[in-house]
Amino acid sequence: MSGKALEKEFMEYEAVIGLEVHVELSTASKVFCGCSTEFNAPPNTNVCPVCLGMPGVLPVMNRAVVDKAISVGLALNCTVASWSKMDRKNYFYPDLAKNYQISQYDLPLCRAGWLEIDVDGARKRIGITRAHIEEDTARNVHTLGGGDSGVDFNRSGVPLLEIVSEPDLRSGDEAHAYLTALKQILEYLGVSDCNMEEGSLRAEPNVSIRPPGQTELGTKTEVKNVASFSGAHKSIEFEVARQRQVLESGGRVAQETRGWDADRGITVSQRSKESAHDYRYFPEPDLAALAVDEAWVDRIRDAMPELPQARFTRFQKQYELNDFDAGNLTASRATADYFEEAVAAGAPAKQAANWMMGDLQALLTEAKCRIEECKIGPAQLAAMIALIEDGTISGKIAKELLPQMLATGEEPKALVEKKGLVQISDAGELEAVVEQVMADNPGPVNDYRSGKKKTFGFLMGQAMKATEGKGNPKLVSEILKGKLE
Amino acid sequence: MGDITKDDVQYVASLAHLAPNEATKGRLVKELGAILDHMAKLNELDTSQVEPTMHAVPRTNVFREDVAQTSLERDKALKNAPKTDGEYFLVPRILDTGGEV
Repeated sequence: MSGKALEKEFMEYEAVIGLEVHVELSTASKVFCGCSTEFNAPPNTNVCPVCLGMPGVLPVMNRAVVDKAISVGLALNCTVASWSKMDRKNYFYPDLAKNYQISQYDLPLCRAGWLEIDVDGARKRIGITRAHIEEDTARNVHTLGGGDSGVDFNRSGVPLLEIVSEPDLRSGDEAHAYLTALKQILEYLGVSDCNMEEGSLRAEPNVSIRPPGQTELGTKTEVKNVASFSGAHKSIEFEVARQRQVLESGGRVAQETRGWDADRGITVSQRSKESAHDYRYFPEPDLAALAVDEAWVDRIRDAMPELPQARFTRFQKQYELNDFDAGNLTASRATADYFEEAVAAGAPAKQAANWMMGDLQALLTEAKCRIEECKIGPAQLAAMIALIEDGTISGKIAKELLPQMLATGEEPKALVEKKGLVQISDAGELEAVVEQVMADNPGPVNDYRSGKKKTFGFLMGQAMKATEGKGNPKLVSEILKGKLE
Repeated sequence: MGDITKDDVQYVASLAHLAPNEATKGRLVKELGAILDHMAKLNELDTSQVEPTMHAVPRTNVFREDVAQTSLERDKALKNAPKTDGEYFLVPRILDTGGEV
């Protein structure tokens, strides 16, 4: 096959991707016992006989886990099962003391839903196969030295929701968009902190490829160890390229689990799947079945917040924002709440949007601070914008004021008075300043008058500098122009 | 006699991390076969109108409220472990890179 023909063939394979996402639900206590779910506790301090997997103990379902799982199911347009149960999934691994994980097998709590993603301006619906409750496993530590691995059971029994998508995704970009949309919904619902670094959201892509027109799916590989959305994106692109190469060179793709090596940017075979997955599921005899009636579902539905897509659309209409602004401001619930509170406190929507996405965002990024923890509350931002609107301060002064507000948490008005940042709008005072600047800079003044108009900027800068940035820029500009001409 | 072979026994044993000898395997072929025969007998009954029994006790929705309780003291948790360093349960070094979850 010629290089060109190869390339053509190469381009035409279709990637088929499904995603399994494990999300830790943010409850106070574990799913089957009362131990705390706190993340950074010293090893093996949030443990009890139940989550240590001692024989003879009895797990009891945490009601809040079911509530949260139902809310995710509803947000993902799933059918919530009126009847479901827990099952035991049997396997051996040192993160699982009792040699089975309590999960859900044939009767998951939520199934058959969908989630919409936007990629390249087009909206696409991605099927959700199921979302089921299970327990997290213990954490293995390999860095202790001495040739042993350590096991920390603090994570054992932390509630998980496993969300499985249909193989509807066709590219790394679509997978990234799916994960972003899913995380956004989970954050809006307040069911998880979705912190990937702490492992509260973990994604495992299933990847296969097939020639165009073939409806039958190719052999898939499952990618583990993905620690970020960009890792998911890159690992999928790597897998697609690798599988193409295997097929192009006449081989066949092996069904296996592959680990993503982020440092090297490749996937590595971990184990062959044929022998590894025989979990011998059976109903968990120690937990009663779940019967969820309409009233329960309605109660959860009524308590659900407005979801990202609905809020995005409303922001566009109600605040007359463009796609970009509305998208940015609804990216997280905290940001959207902040914006609406600022507007409610009197800030014009567009101004609030600009300050939030511009200077405030830059300051927060620099300070590694989240908007909900920010010392500048929405009411303070609105008050600052009001000071600009009524001419007390200029936009330039506001830019200096904002970092001080962030540092001190003080009201903008008090800070302006304390620091003497009030804008100078006194024409007489400004005229004197302008005259002094012109006297000090005869060269540029003559240049301007002989037609080199660009020296105006320099003179303007000098005048603003002379007022320590406090001159009303509009007024200074008018006075300068008047005196030069 | 149920349709069980020595290979089936070996497979089930390996899933359970057991290593039966040949004599035991031979015995298990017979015993497991007899169990399957019994199940086949039960299968002769028409159960199409019977709801599957998922639990020995007909109860649903047994919950606890989401309140964190005091956990076990670590010394107690680690007390019966074959090997610990006072913080972790120690196990032979794990070479694989990830669990199942």
